[in-house]
Amino acid sequence: MSYAPTIPASAESLAPTKIRVRDLRISYDTRVAVRDVNLDVPEHAVTAFIGPSGCGKSTILRCFDRMNDLIPGASVHGSIVLDGEEINAPGVQPVELRRKVGLVFQKPNPFPMSIYENVAYGPRRHGVSSRAALDEVVETSLRRAAIWDEVKDEYRRKNALSLSGGQQQRLCIARMLATGPEVILMDEPCSALDPIATLRIEQLITELKTQYTILIVTHNMQQAARVSDRTAFFTLGDDRAGYLVEEGPTRMIFTDPANRLTEDYVAGRFG
Amino acid sequence: MRRVLLADQLATAVLWSIAGSVILILIAIIAHFLLAALPDFTPSFLIADPSTDVIGGVGPVLWNSVYVLALTMLVTVPLGVLGAVFMAEYAGTGRLIDLIRFSQELIGSVPSIVVGLFGFAVFVAATGWGFTALAGALALTVFNLPLMTRLAEQAMRAVPDDERSASFALGATKWQTIRHVVLPIAIPGLVTGVILTAGRVFGEAAALLFTAGLATPGRLNFANLNLLDPRSPWSPFHTATTLSVYLWRINSEGTGPVVDQVANLTAAVLIVAVLIFNLGSRALGQLLQRRITGTRS
Ligand SMILES: Nc1ncnc2c1ncn2[C@@H]1O[C@H](COP(=O)(O)OP(=O)(O)O)[C@@H](O)[C@H]1O
Ligand SMILES: [Mg+2]
Repeated sequence: MSYAPTIPASAESLAPTKIRVRDLRISYDTRVAVRDVNLDVPEHAVTAFIGPSGCGKSTILRCFDRMNDLIPGASVHGSIVLDGEEINAPGVQPVELRRKVGLVFQKPNPFPMSIYENVAYGPRRHGVSSRAALDEVVETSLRRAAIWDEVKDEYRRKNALSLSGGQQQRLCIARMLATGPEVILMDEPCSALDPIATLRIEQLITELKTQYTILIVTHNMQQAARVSDRTAFFTLGDDRAGYLVEEGPTRMIFTDPANRLTEDYVAGRFG
Repeated sequence: MRRVLLADQLATAVLWSIAGSVILILIAIIAHFLLAALPDFTPSFLIADPSTDVIGGVGPVLWNSVYVLALTMLVTVPLGVLGAVFMAEYAGTGRLIDLIRFSQELIGSVPSIVVGLFGFAVFVAATGWGFTALAGALALTVFNLPLMTRLAEQAMRAVPDDERSASFALGATKWQTIRHVVLPIAIPGLVTGVILTAGRVFGEAAALLFTAGLATPGRLNFANLNLLDPRSPWSPFHTATTLSVYLWRINSEGTGPVVDQVANLTAAVLIVAVLIFNLGSRALGQLLQRRITGTRS
């Protein structure tokens, strides 16, 4: 098999590869949704996934924390190597993997509990029970997600559902950070938010990338241009399956893409 | 145009009066028994022993009602919730779940007198226990489990999948997700299930006649704490005539000068108990949910 055309120019970025994807193919029942994905995701950088709706961006993202396992009929072929380990190997527990790879959803989905209990949820499920340890991880995570100042007076009692949409999304980020991930997956995290809330999340992403490897799906070209270091463009083939057209430094994808399809898409969405 | 407006007003009036009459009927029932009972009521009626010549009390049967209710719920609620967890979270779709649902509906529609006879054959005769609170509770469980399971399942299915996904994405296992997300969020629905089933228990007579027994109980000795002694009111093996069975009994075969007064008083106690119980469990459900999910402010 040949994946030469889509091998990324990762040699030019100095960061080591965090996730290596080879010949990824994902099907729902018998229908192939995504095929031929080859991609190296660099550590401590933001990689954006762009492309038309239905080309499989969410589907691919869900592979990295094996959330596709939960969808009946979904099957994943090919290789995804995280820190040198194949994540679909028989010995890997999805429950363990999901602590290392956090996911932020399109629609903010806090639990109908207090802010504190939301953030403590992950650590509690992983066996942290001491009050002091939980207090500490909750505060650190809320600070890191840039929501601490807004909730510090009442976060123990206040129900998460009483927060605004943007605050809820930052709370969901804090809740995810509390499990101690190394990789963060974000599936259109701002699509339900207003421009100001969106800006805050984008700032947060830029802060977080110094410590985390971030993959973000976005339908907003300006957003991809603002927050990401590298961009991967996907589209739908004639066979109705999504595939990776090209991947490279964000500036290159937006100003001087190698593929005509990328050029048209980017120009169309910007214009 | 006139006609249309008239029809609209007429429909509104009819619907309001139907709704209004439902409330009126409820008030009428309550008022009827409360007014009938009021002249003869003394607080001691609630604790005194039954008597045939003077207005005694319903102490022992009231105790038995509460006891059988508690015992029934102790069996029904965990079984119902576990069954619902299976149905909502594990069974998926297919033949098995269809068959279970079909049996649920069938059992749920068996008349309670038949459930009582079945309970007699199995829990009274075959076990050799005789008429016991436990046999009554088990018969009522047979009678109530389908309803409890169905309501609990509905409550769990109403929990959005977003909440489950969020939990899984945080590295929680399936059981942790059920235990710490689905069940707490489903609590108001679960409480509704508990209230509805418990209400049926409190008022049920037919299923208990042949299982928990219908003898007029004598004085209860609360000092006897031996749970295996059928004479102890704390024992699941004591004969437990409940309020509604007692009411049925005095109404159908009661004689003596005060039968009417005792019947009215007993009915009034039954109604008030059901009301208190309904409101109480609602409040408890809200309290539980607030404790589990944190206060909304
Ligand atoms: N749970 C699912 N079951 C079946 N098909 C799905 C499911 N999720 C996505 N798909 C299909 O996979 C394709 C890619 O979807 P998705 O990954 O959501 O695309 P994108 O995020 O790029 O819009 C679509 O054709 C969609 O219909
Ligand atoms: Mg998507």
